[in-house]
Amino acid sequence: MKQNSNTVDLESSSPLLSNQRALNSHLRMPLRKKRLRIFEKFIELGLFFAAFCSVLVTIGIFWILFSEAIPFFQHVAIWDFFTGTEWAPLFSEPKYGILPLLCGTFISTFMAMVIALPMGSVIAIYLSEYAHEKIRESVKPILELLSAVPSVVFGYFALLLVTPLLQKIFPNLPSFSALSAGLVMGIMIVPYVTSLSEDALRAVPMHLREASFAMGATRFQTAIKVVFPAAFSGITASFVLAISRAIGETMVVAIAGGMQPKFTLDPFEPAQTVTAYIVQVSLGDLPHGSLGYQTIFVAGSTLLLITLFFNILGHRLRKKYKEQDA
Amino acid sequence: MVTSQNSVPLKAEVKNLNFYYGSHLALKNVSLVVPENQVTALIGPSGCGKSTLLRCFNRMHDLYPNNRYEGEILLNPGSENLLSKDIDAIEVRLRISMLFQKPNPFPKSIFDNVSYGLKIRGLKNRSEMAHRVEKALTEAALWNEVKDRLDEQATQLSGGQQQRLCLARSLATDPEIVLLDEPTSALDPIATAKVEELIQELQKKVTMIIVTHNMQQAARISNNTALMFLGEVIEFNDTKTFFASPEKKLTQDYLAGSFG
Amino acid sequence: MTSLPTLLRLRIKKERRKNKIFLWTARVSLVFTLLVLLALVTDLFIRGADRISLDFLLSFPSRFADKAGIVSAWVGTLCVMIVTAFVSVPLGVCAGIYLEEYAKKNKITSIIEVAIANLAGVPSIIYGLMALGLFVYKFELGQSVQTAGLTLALLILPIIIVATREALRSIPLSVREAAAACGATKLQVIRHHLLPYSTGGILTGIIIALSRAIGETAPLVTIGALTYIAFLPHSPLSTEAPFVSAEWLKDPFTVLPIQVFNWVSRPQEEFHRNAAAAALILMVLTFSMNIFAIVLRARVRRKIKW
Repeated sequence: MKQNSNTVDLESSSPLLSNQRALNSHLRMPLRKKRLRIFEKFIELGLFFAAFCSVLVTIGIFWILFSEAIPFFQHVAIWDFFTGTEWAPLFSEPKYGILPLLCGTFISTFMAMVIALPMGSVIAIYLSEYAHEKIRESVKPILELLSAVPSVVFGYFALLLVTPLLQKIFPNLPSFSALSAGLVMGIMIVPYVTSLSEDALRAVPMHLREASFAMGATRFQTAIKVVFPAAFSGITASFVLAISRAIGETMVVAIAGGMQPKFTLDPFEPAQTVTAYIVQVSLGDLPHGSLGYQTIFVAGSTLLLITLFFNILGHRLRKKYKEQDA
Repeated sequence: MVTSQNSVPLKAEVKNLNFYYGSHLALKNVSLVVPENQVTALIGPSGCGKSTLLRCFNRMHDLYPNNRYEGEILLNPGSENLLSKDIDAIEVRLRISMLFQKPNPFPKSIFDNVSYGLKIRGLKNRSEMAHRVEKALTEAALWNEVKDRLDEQATQLSGGQQQRLCLARSLATDPEIVLLDEPTSALDPIATAKVEELIQELQKKVTMIIVTHNMQQAARISNNTALMFLGEVIEFNDTKTFFASPEKKLTQDYLAGSFG
Repeated sequence: MTSLPTLLRLRIKKERRKNKIFLWTARVSLVFTLLVLLALVTDLFIRGADRISLDFLLSFPSRFADKAGIVSAWVGTLCVMIVTAFVSVPLGVCAGIYLEEYAKKNKITSIIEVAIANLAGVPSIIYGLMALGLFVYKFELGQSVQTAGLTLALLILPIIIVATREALRSIPLSVREAAAACGATKLQVIRHHLLPYSTGGILTGIIIALSRAIGETAPLVTIGALTYIAFLPHSPLSTEAPFVSAEWLKDPFTVLPIQVFNWVSRPQEEFHRNAAAAALILMVLTFSMNIFAIVLRARVRRKIKW
């Protein structure tokens, strides 16, 4: 049954073809064995190392922060650290209670969220459920520009514009306050909340909305009672990530919040956050390895653990809403 | 097995091919022959494995994880099994081209599309390349329509033209076999007729295997037809005999439209 | 058709009103946000625009507000950004290509992806702390331009990786299969098709990432950027072979946002004006980069329609 087709005369076809075939005569050779392609393997290895760098950086962050912070606890009791209400590590009689810094972080984050979460969600719902395509296309770039403003400029804004403005409403407001810093931080985070929430809302399939409209619901009812609950884990994720962002924010509070750690939750007082403390110390001169030097790593480790918690939570929620969607 | 093909030279032979998607056996003990310079059609209902079989010929399954071949496909019978792990999949694809269901020209110029296969084979001589691009486009009946605009983006062409461009791309490298995976199912009737006409013209120069869900198309343009069902080859014969006097009951039912 | 009972009609009216109220609340919020942006830019302009002059751009900081300038700041930003780009772009794009085209679904790949997602959420000041302990002291790179560039590069790495992956992902399977069917190796598919088609998207991501790096202050303060610098880094060119010098990498430095921070922290009004001027220049830089990225993204979307 098998004919020896390998010997079919190529030259018998048209001269043009045979010319071509002659050039490709190697095609009639047996198939070549698998080539090693060393160069390609080498490239793949290089690309892998580039990707693995992220793991190395993560390890580096945890290692450095904890290894520089742990010696601190040989001098200061952990209990004192977590429950002390005075933070004055650089004074002649140093006090190492982290609560004032945590208060500062808490109150500024809280103020920021009071602005960012409602405004961010409302704008997100508007963009996703109400706005025409044209409006969305012009608004989104502007929000993107807003999120591109460096935080130091927002700090300037908080100190030199917002604080005087607020002082007109609250004459007793000091020139540095958690209120001013927190509110500006909130506005700074609005585009972030909007963007993440809008993604979650748009991921809700159209047919759910159509079912609601078909029953005579208004856009508002549909948005609040149908779309929002359907996108709930995505929106919660955006809230959690926004909180994490506020906790990690530095420059706005460093400029407008004042550098006085106080054990209070009163927004009308100056406050220092964990992050602003690190900046304060870095601006000065601290000998490498001194207790004061170690305090910034202690502060950093605390910050890392807190934001890690919120980030993991936020990502779990995001995964949940992405899976629901699929 | 086909007996009437005794006198015809064979381009390829499939021997006891089993193919696994992960742990799922998608092709069961497939054996058939592919005569040289003829069109062999694979028909069958959706999911019967015809595209899966086609893609074995150019080792497309290697691009995705967890696929496994068992059995042989011999190119130019007497030579090695192209499914063997020792044979480079790239080598196989350099000799066996494919035309896809949905036209997929590269977002490059018309010239660059057709010459791509030549470029990666190391052809550097520009006049040689231009010559071969013209020849391929002529064979695909597209040369006259595009000869003045070879630098234009291929994506500007109509659907039918794009498919002919992809055909030219696959012909430019003088392949030993051209695999056609439902090449006209995304085209309008006029474009379909054009492509079918081309296939019939090219048949004398190059071996083709075509997968089609349209049995009338198989009857029109192929020399040999195989019916597949649930991963197995049910019947394989020269087209005239296949359609006029099918042997198996399943084939008769399929041709009558009872299923699929 | 029977008319709707009155109670229902009242209900509908109430819902319509709620809808309208929400719509207007949303519109007001949106306008408010945009007004904030406008107010910010306007204030910077009013306070700082007339401070901007050639003198300002070419003078060093000084105790005297009207003599002070930002030359050390913008030169510092330039030097640091060169290092940042040199490190982050190849690293980020290569990592993105690996994850999207080569990585199999195994444990190591999940670990890498978790690491990247994690790094994206780490506050920027923590990068500064890590750099302080690791680069400045352990690796002894000093409180220098190279440390700053390295730190910022690691900070923006996740942005570039994600942008690269998304750009590659948007290339449909059909093109990859067509290229493979022509006989192209994996590397050839990437070189000839995937990278050229995704260049626009990747570039957009790079520009956005770099514009973020330009505005970073906290990590650089932490690694010890000086806030008062009266000199410039060494020139990269030298008069003796090999005519290029790497001295500038080891030099101390300052950057534009730190200069803003320094001036805004002073009580005197004149320094606030300097801060406004410097902030204005910083904003022009970041805004133009972002606008360029937005325009590029729109052009890319229009050019290749899959």
